[in-house]
Amino acid sequence: MSVLVLLEQRGELKPCALEAASAARDIAAAAGMPLNAVYIGQSLEGQEGKLAGYGIAKVYAYEHASLSHYSNDAYVPIVRDVARELDAKVIIGSATALGKELCASVAARLGVELAQDAIGAAWAGGLVAKKPLYAGKVLADVTIQSVPAMVSLRPNSVQAAPQDGPAPEIEKRAMPEVSLRSVLKETAEATAGKVELTEAKIVVSGGRGVGGPENWHIIENLAEAMGAAVGASRAVVDAGWVHHALQVGQTGKVVSPDIYVACGISGAIQHQAGMRTSKIIVAINKDPNANIFKLCDYGIVGDLFEVCPALAEEVRKVRA
Amino acid sequence: MKIAVLVKRVPDTASVFKVAPDEKSVVTDGLKYIISPYDEHAAEEAIKIQEAGGAEIVVISLGGDDCQETMRTVMAMGADRGVLVSVPAGLSIGAHGVAQALAAAVKREAPDLVLAGKQAVDDDASQVPERVAELLDLPHASVVSKLELADGKALVDREIEGGKYRIELPLPAVVTIEKGINTPRYPKLPNIMKAKKKPLDTVTLEDLGLSADAVKNQAEVTKVASPRTDRRNQIVGGDTADAVKEVVRLLRDEEKAL
Repeated sequence: MSVLVLLEQRGELKPCALEAASAARDIAAAAGMPLNAVYIGQSLEGQEGKLAGYGIAKVYAYEHASLSHYSNDAYVPIVRDVARELDAKVIIGSATALGKELCASVAARLGVELAQDAIGAAWAGGLVAKKPLYAGKVLADVTIQSVPAMVSLRPNSVQAAPQDGPAPEIEKRAMPEVSLRSVLKETAEATAGKVELTEAKIVVSGGRGVGGPENWHIIENLAEAMGAAVGASRAVVDAGWVHHALQVGQTGKVVSPDIYVACGISGAIQHQAGMRTSKIIVAINKDPNANIFKLCDYGIVGDLFEVCPALAEEVRKVRA
Repeated sequence: MKIAVLVKRVPDTASVFKVAPDEKSVVTDGLKYIISPYDEHAAEEAIKIQEAGGAEIVVISLGGDDCQETMRTVMAMGADRGVLVSVPAGLSIGAHGVAQALAAAVKREAPDLVLAGKQAVDDDASQVPERVAELLDLPHASVVSKLELADGKALVDREIEGGKYRIELPLPAVVTIEKGINTPRYPKLPNIMKAKKKPLDTVTLEDLGLSADAVKNQAEVTKVASPRTDRRNQIVGGDTADAVKEVVRLLRDEEKAL
């Protein structure tokens, strides 16, 4: 019997891997089961220390250059087999683009249910996941009866909170033989140093109020000052001002940062679906009746062309 | 070339969702239902392939009789026929059950390519097409923003956080579609009329060799609630300089978030 956490990596362990480990530790403690982990990637070497304090007994490490990038042909059988070997009762993964594909595929192979993109999970005699439905307008408790119960957690929704404790034992595993059907021909990765939208602790988003692509630097400047990732509303993406990868909303990215700054965004339902689980929402809009003010924690009614540069300057000042 | 497009009928998320008195479901009266928007992109992609080189397109869905309306929409866009996996009203089916049923329906059609939206906008679960692929032991790729077919292979751009993978998959394969790949067409009136006459077969779970027990939902919603409404809604006044100073103070000193 075991709780199993899937440690996502992109070269290095991703922050969401530690968030998943944190949630898994609490679930394992409540269920009275040991916690183990699977790592699949090029190499875990030098990163073991990051895994201390999560109560992980053992990491089953599948390390190989050919495993550095996700492939469902390679990853899915590994996780399935480790889950069976350990008699896993609970499997916790991350609801990233690749993590969701992995979890769905493993769930199918094990013939079990999966609460995908949950914002929390706890043990109450069984696994209960908290999951937004209908564009986040409803929050559901999903009780999973199938065994193992699977959950993927939305990045940033659970805090990675290591406690005192040793680094886990690492058991290196030989790469199993797999026949790769899909072939990865090319990868285009994020520019180093750029904060990834779904994992950012702070997100600054611009909407129609920015006026046009020629003014977008106002959003980028504020984001840079705050160490934030840049997001955009659907209107801005549809108008072609920025790439759709920046879109926050139901048909875009779902983010849960510590601070979300909405600049010139009216706060349409479609946008809310992508940001309503943010911890603190700051709104800047010149329309005092904008919907976003009903949703925010702190609002400034004003012209973003004045407020954003002033806010950027103030942040730089206090951080200097 | 034969393409299966998986579509789901979902409530329009612009609707008002009220928690039902049992606190385990939402009030469904008055909800407007639509085809899940990503599935529309999947349908459009199939039709583009059909226009470019010819293909038979079969639209597959699972649900009650009202799903037929959703499927006719896709037929009006250009799909040739439909297969509805009809399930009794009131039967709660989990993702594993849905995937088993759809996989069985897809297998009967033996398509070269299966397309679906990257997620359905009711539960945003992003898991049924991936499950169908795994159950049928087919290669698959999710969140695809570009799709090219050549020599019995699909070459796709698969979006990841802050980047993309270009992946080559041998056909038959399952691909889930991201928006931005195309602009779904509005069906023209004559095509809407024509779609009404296109064949739409209904199969039951029994026809597919599945019992109600085998598809039973093992992930039940045991409680629903409205999301948090405890936002401060504090408008910070004063001139710009004062306002930004106060917001930074609040974020830094009160919230300890900056």
